[in-house]
Amino acid sequence: MALRAGAQSQTARNGIKEKVLTLDTMNPCVQRVEYAVRGPIVLRALELEQELRQGVKKPFTEVIRANIGDAQAMGQKPITFLRQVLALCIYPDLLSSLDFPEDAKRRAQRILQACGGHSLGAYSISSGIQLIREDVAQYIERRDGGIPADPNNIFLSTGASSAIVTVLKLLVAGEGRTRTGVLIPIPQYPLYSATLAELNAVQVDYYLDEENVWALNVAELQRALHQARDHCRPRVLCVINPGNPTGQVQTRECIEAVIRFAFEERLFLMADEVYQDNVYAQGSRFHSFKKVLTEMGPPYAEQQELASFHSVSKGYMGECGFRGGYVEVVNMDPEVQRQMLKLMSVRLCPPVPGQALLDMVVSPPAPSDPSFVQFQAERQEVLAELAAKAKLTEQVFNEVPGIHCNPVQGAMYSFPRVQLPPRAVHRAQELGLAPDMFFCMCLLEETGICVVPGSGFGQQEGTYHFRMTILPPMEKLRVLLEKLSHFHAKFTREYS
Amino acid sequence: MQRAAALARKGCCPRTAGAWGRRWSSAAAEAPAVLRARRGRILTPESMNPQVRAVEYAVRGPIVLKAVEIELELQRGIKKPFTEVIRANIGDAQAMGQQPITFLRQVMALCTYPNLLDSPSFPEDAKKRARRILQACGGNSLGSYSASQGVNCIREDVAAYITRRDGGMPADPDNIYLTTGASDGISTILKILVSGGGKSRTGVMIPIPQYPLYSAVISELDAIQVNYYLDEENCWALNVHELRRAVREAKNHCDPKVLCIINPGNPTGQVQSRKCIEDVIHFAWEEKLFLLADEVYQDNVYSPDCRFHSFKKVLYEMGPEYSNNVELASFHSTSKGYMGECGYRGGYMEVINLHPEIKGQLVKLLSVRLCPPVSGQAAMDIVVNPPVAGEESFEQFHKEKESVLGNLATKAKLTENLFNEVPGIHCNPLQGAMYAFPRIFIPTKAVEAAQAHKMAPDMFYCMKLLEETGICVVPGSGFGQREGTYHFRMTILPPVEKLKTVLQKVKDFHIKFLDKYA
Repeated sequence: MALRAGAQSQTARNGIKEKVLTLDTMNPCVQRVEYAVRGPIVLRALELEQELRQGVKKPFTEVIRANIGDAQAMGQKPITFLRQVLALCIYPDLLSSLDFPEDAKRRAQRILQACGGHSLGAYSISSGIQLIREDVAQYIERRDGGIPADPNNIFLSTGASSAIVTVLKLLVAGEGRTRTGVLIPIPQYPLYSATLAELNAVQVDYYLDEENVWALNVAELQRALHQARDHCRPRVLCVINPGNPTGQVQTRECIEAVIRFAFEERLFLMADEVYQDNVYAQGSRFHSFKKVLTEMGPPYAEQQELASFHSVSKGYMGECGFRGGYVEVVNMDPEVQRQMLKLMSVRLCPPVPGQALLDMVVSPPAPSDPSFVQFQAERQEVLAELAAKAKLTEQVFNEVPGIHCNPVQGAMYSFPRVQLPPRAVHRAQELGLAPDMFFCMCLLEETGICVVPGSGFGQQEGTYHFRMTILPPMEKLRVLLEKLSHFHAKFTREYS
Repeated sequence: MQRAAALARKGCCPRTAGAWGRRWSSAAAEAPAVLRARRGRILTPESMNPQVRAVEYAVRGPIVLKAVEIELELQRGIKKPFTEVIRANIGDAQAMGQQPITFLRQVMALCTYPNLLDSPSFPEDAKKRARRILQACGGNSLGSYSASQGVNCIREDVAAYITRRDGGMPADPDNIYLTTGASDGISTILKILVSGGGKSRTGVMIPIPQYPLYSAVISELDAIQVNYYLDEENCWALNVHELRRAVREAKNHCDPKVLCIINPGNPTGQVQSRKCIEDVIHFAWEEKLFLLADEVYQDNVYSPDCRFHSFKKVLYEMGPEYSNNVELASFHSTSKGYMGECGYRGGYMEVINLHPEIKGQLVKLLSVRLCPPVSGQAAMDIVVNPPVAGEESFEQFHKEKESVLGNLATKAKLTENLFNEVPGIHCNPLQGAMYAFPRIFIPTKAVEAAQAHKMAPDMFYCMKLLEETGICVVPGSGFGQREGTYHFRMTILPPVEKLKTVLQKVKDFHIKFLDKYA
């Protein structure tokens, strides 16, 4: 079709018009968003993988993606029972197949009955299938020693991430000095900083104590809060327990202190508990914020506002790709809760297969069920392996001069501190890179190992770290740790 | 700016006090006295994000909450003039009994539980597809995160689909982004587009009536909604002079940057002619507007005189001045068509002429949420890469697909005909999509009664319809309509026999209603 007569010619010299959507005209908040876990280092890793495929010679034969908490990508097998039930739900013809155990069939039928049109293909209600929310409530009750959970306070979500974002969205208000401030741990999982940037909320950093196994000190919370009050209205306190990237598991005393602090300072508590099944250290135990809160009695139990998050992506399940999760809200204003449901309804519902998987996670086979033995064995194996790898990682890293790794009490990562020679720091600055990014890039280029620099998670000024997952299979992990150690030694020599 | 925003929204989604003030009857019972001696909460309706508070989404709004209440009452044995609530409010085909496509579910089951690859009960072509998908997944499992843009080979398949659909016009997999339903893609693009402040705040042009995802996202992002009215007298046609009127007025109080089109239309069901699409593209080019083409109903075209023309195809056929310059994002989904796989949350968007740095920003934004559900991506793969003639599963697949689409076409015609027999109801032809959006004439007395109840008149009508017949439809005020006109959106998804009953009941109700408020 020819250009219409009389139309304004907006053709620039080279024949291409200036675009509507450019870096200058886009949402400035989005521009500020960073997410290191899939950031520049991972983009480089992808390029290297591409080069390897094209036959380019490298000092390594494969790129090891130790940057992301994705267990199955690193070879962990899914739990058989979960996948059986899901397959039965997806293709109910299989209900007449002899290859599936009776308990899996029963579970599938139960879930399908609760779906619109008895199909996973129907939208569910926006908070998630009622039956599954009831099962989640019962899981929470069992986990928390009988403390009741109300299914109406449970909202299924597209991974824990979407629920975290939804709750933060509700909380962010005000302008200028009354803009909502959100306290987040440093180091943190960068979903938090990314979301705060997107929402144009004020990020308020509180530092975890590296000298003390990344402990959370209320004194530090106080400091952060009081400084923040100068320039924003702090209303939210985010805690990740077990921690990511740090792996620390909070003691009960610490959780009580945090709750008291939140109550006194009028902070809405967000407890990211997606690693609640990943606790390895002998002396550590997972204490849910909900449980501790309730056991503290009034006024905390009835008045402290809390949102707790869980996911199917971690634990022993590792079902990241299904995007399953939930949030439990405690003491939330009923009208706000309705608003939250309304907000969720715009996106209709979380993926139903993810909801079904979550159901299996919260109500696994019971000892009397045919699938119990295999389920338990698989689950134990995964968790034992993770515990062994956590220990191995800590040990190997601590043998390296210039690397110090706190105990990996839980979660899926090590976050060792690395000493970088001043010349390396200088070189990094010349290149316009954070020193630990420079270290990680060099590591990647020379060994193919992809880890995420500590600057992506936050750290005390002048310290450097990287986050590496403990997910590669044991033998591969051993090799990785060795290579990394050698690389660090070489790097230190090179820049001395 | 707030006032300008309110002006822009006026006539579309009137803020009736009753809208979100309705209380759950069962939840949130008043706390016992001892707990009333409590201090105020941190997060209250007053202290919460005002933009979120302003969001409305009628498709799952107050009328649906009422429907749920009534369902619970029925379950408890309370007597009603009906025995079931018919949920004709949402475009969810499988919830209304439509069967999933066998081949699709077979491939999904194989991907989910690969042991089944050894089972003789699955056809080879399904196994082949499943293996291909699994090979492209981390750890050969649907349980790994994928790349944030989506599994590579699936994006390649989507590109191949688009190329075929558009008569050979090439699509680049790098321009394809898999998403969590189309809603996710639409919301993400809008997010990136919204900037500026005061009079330079981004204006987003949307059709009235619209699918209220658009108004909801605009609200949430605090962008400016710019309404352009579809022409009810002309089968809901899109007129460029109306686009021009809207953009001119908008320039007084915002910076219009985006033009959203839904084709085939929701709720209106109109299928745009090729000429119309050309006119729209030219208009977008002239006015420097970023085009969003919501094409999720591209497989739902019923009228023999209508055909789906993708914006991408038309754009390219208009020559380089347009195809090199107009920025376009087109959206598709697994939720509609003949698949109806709403619960899987599968979708994609294809972006054309995006600035390379913007594409980088887009991937970055998507990466924060890691990736869309991989099972939804797999579902999308089957949709764009279905069995072809010669393959084992082709016959059954084709039969099932034609059956669903034939059924929908029948129901579309049936609905249009039946509604047009009712005095006081006028229904435009359902050329495509899944809904009827008939106009209803509400007598003055009823309008007054509605106002007394602090409700939009069509909300009042729909509530009465629900209470008396159990039929749940969404009032036109939830989608937007010309001032003084009233509509409702009803899906054509119930099975034919049930649909006939539903239409008869609506007819009877309407006549009674007219009588009562004469």
